[in-house]
Formats: sequence, C-alpha cells, structure tokens
Amino acid sequence: MASNILHKAETRGHANHGWLDSHHTFSFANYYNPERMQFGALRVFNDDIVAGGRGFDVHPHDNMEIISIPLEGDLEHKDNLGNTEIIRQGDVQVMSTGTGVFHSEYNANKDRPVSFLQIWLFPNKLNVTPRYDQITLDLANSKNQLQQIVSPDPNDAGTWIYQDAWFNMGLFDKDKTITYPVKKEGNGVYVFILKGSFTVNGQTLSKRDGLGITGTDNIGITSLEDGAELLIMDVPMLS
Amino acid sequence: MQIDQLNILALGRNPEILLVMNRLLNAPPKWHGVTVSTPEEALAAFARESFHIVLLCSGICPEEEAGLTAQLLLLNPAVIVKRHYGGGSGLLKNEIQFVLDRENIQLAP
Repeated sequence: MASNILHKAETRGHANHGWLDSHHTFSFANYYNPERMQFGALRVFNDDIVAGGRGFDVHPHDNMEIISIPLEGDLEHKDNLGNTEIIRQGDVQVMSTGTGVFHSEYNANKDRPVSFLQIWLFPNKLNVTPRYDQITLDLANSKNQLQQIVSPDPNDAGTWIYQDAWFNMGLFDKDKTITYPVKKEGNGVYVFILKGSFTVNGQTLSKRDGLGITGTDNIGITSLEDGAELLIMDVPMLS
Repeated sequence: MQIDQLNILALGRNPEILLVMNRLLNAPPKWHGVTVSTPEEALAAFARESFHIVLLCSGICPEEEAGLTAQLLLLNPAVIVKRHYGGGSGLLKNEIQFVLDRENIQLAP
C-alpha cells in the first residue's frame, strides 16, 4: 500500500549565513531533526543560494554519491582530482567520492547569486576510486516529459552513480498528466517541486515542497500550472 | 545514561580526511576524538582508553568492519560501532547526536 511522507517547503531546516542561504530537507550541519535523517539512500538534499563571488572553501567528502544541479547562475568547482569546471544551469555534476575527495565550490559570478541543489546518496559500493562527471542536458527533452539525468548504468541516459537510483526532471505546461513507473522493486520515490505546483500521488505540492512515496509501482503526476518543474529521485529504501 | 565526556575513536585510511575528522571530533566541548588508520591501531587505542563510539571511515572494507566490530564488542559490549559516511563535512555532528539520542546517552551540562 502506498505511503506518502510530506515535507512542506517551510518545514525544512534553514540556515542563513549571509553568504549562504540554505534549506535542508534532511538533518545537516546545525539542523538536526531525528525524524528527518534520510529517505532511503537519499541522505542530503540541500537547496542552496550562494552570494556573488562567495562559496565553500576546500573541504573533504568520502563514500557519498554527490549530485549538484545549478538552478540559476554558475558554480565553479575545483578538486584534488585535477578538475576545474564551471557548472551552469542545465548541467548536472556528479562526484563519487569513495576513498576521499577534497573540493571547493564558489559562485562563478561576482555580481549575482547562484542557486543550486546539492544531493548526497549513500553509495552501494564503498571505497571506490573517486570519480567526477558533468553533463549538459538538452532542456528540450524535459518539455512535457521526464528526462533522465542520473541512473546506475554508465550506458543509460544522463550521468551515473554507484547506487540503484534514477533521477528525472521535467518542465510541464498546465494540466499535463504522466505516470512515473518506479524503476526497481522496493525503491521509494522522492519528488521535489522546483517551480509551480503539481498533484503527485493525490497530494498537492507547491514550489520547494517534497514528497516521499513508498509501497507503489506507479505514481500519478499532474501539473497544475504552466512552467511547473519537478525533480524525481527513485532510490533504494535503506533503513 | 549521563556522561561527562564523549569519547570517539575514528578509523580510516585517508590521512588527510583523518586530520579533518580529528579536528571536528575535538571541536565541540566535551567531545574527545582519537583517529587511527589501521584496525590494529584501533584495538591498541581501545586498550588504552574507553570509547563510547567508534566510527569506521573511508578505506575500511565491509569485511574489516565485521571483524573489528566483533572484536570491539567483545572488549566492550556497550560500544557503538558505526559506519561514517561523508568525510566529516555536514553530517558528523547530527549523526553523532542521532546515535546519542537513540542510545539515550546525555552529556552532562
């Protein structure tokens, strides 16, 4: 039987450091809520805005699959694997941090903020050799349909990670209805609304709301306004 | 259970990340962290000091995790052995708090 876990946008953890305005769907840094530690393999979902020219100094990660999605503006990434990249709106960046990565992330522009999602998943394989990947989406493929941006398969569409997880994004006109088939038996699906509003599995969701759904094979989704955009994360339900 | 100081042992094979972990584990008041890079060093540290939590960090494989966990629990059945993900940044503090809450352990004011 399907079960919904609703996270309204305003109930997320919030930290405003001046240079960084961050909303945390799950416990992170100084935001601690024992009821919101993870949704299966999805452990971190941060909705960040970084002021012009500012950013995160060099810091480490290990044994996490990290996906960054710029929503507005450009992000400059440097790591100890030798990568120096600019990630723009329409790009998706993945780091499999495995045995350890040090990196920095800065707003590439001095005159305007960058808004981006940073998403961490527990990996299905520990201590892998760290890996960096970045793709540019053809946004036309997201219009009134879902576009796969992450999967476990290097030969499938989008980029890939060490986890049986699939991410899709879509930008919809009003009153479009789709059915999302869960990719793997036992997986749960976390839906996050980027813009506009939707009905998802019977639940009305507005901008920045999140809904975790378990116990179903198919999820009905209807857009409620023009330009409505969402991100769907299909992840294993780890304890 | 109320304790005066939280003692945490972290075992991992990435020396740069261990340095960060050491700093983070010793930053909060009443936290005491020790970092080591081999299971043998972990057992030696365990013989010298009493730890409430052992964190297994990057480079420690599941087989080592199982073997070391069994050894540590034999030495101290109350110890909490936990896989740590993330390399310290962002998750460490609230994951420790989650374990303390679950085990009903409070730090003395």
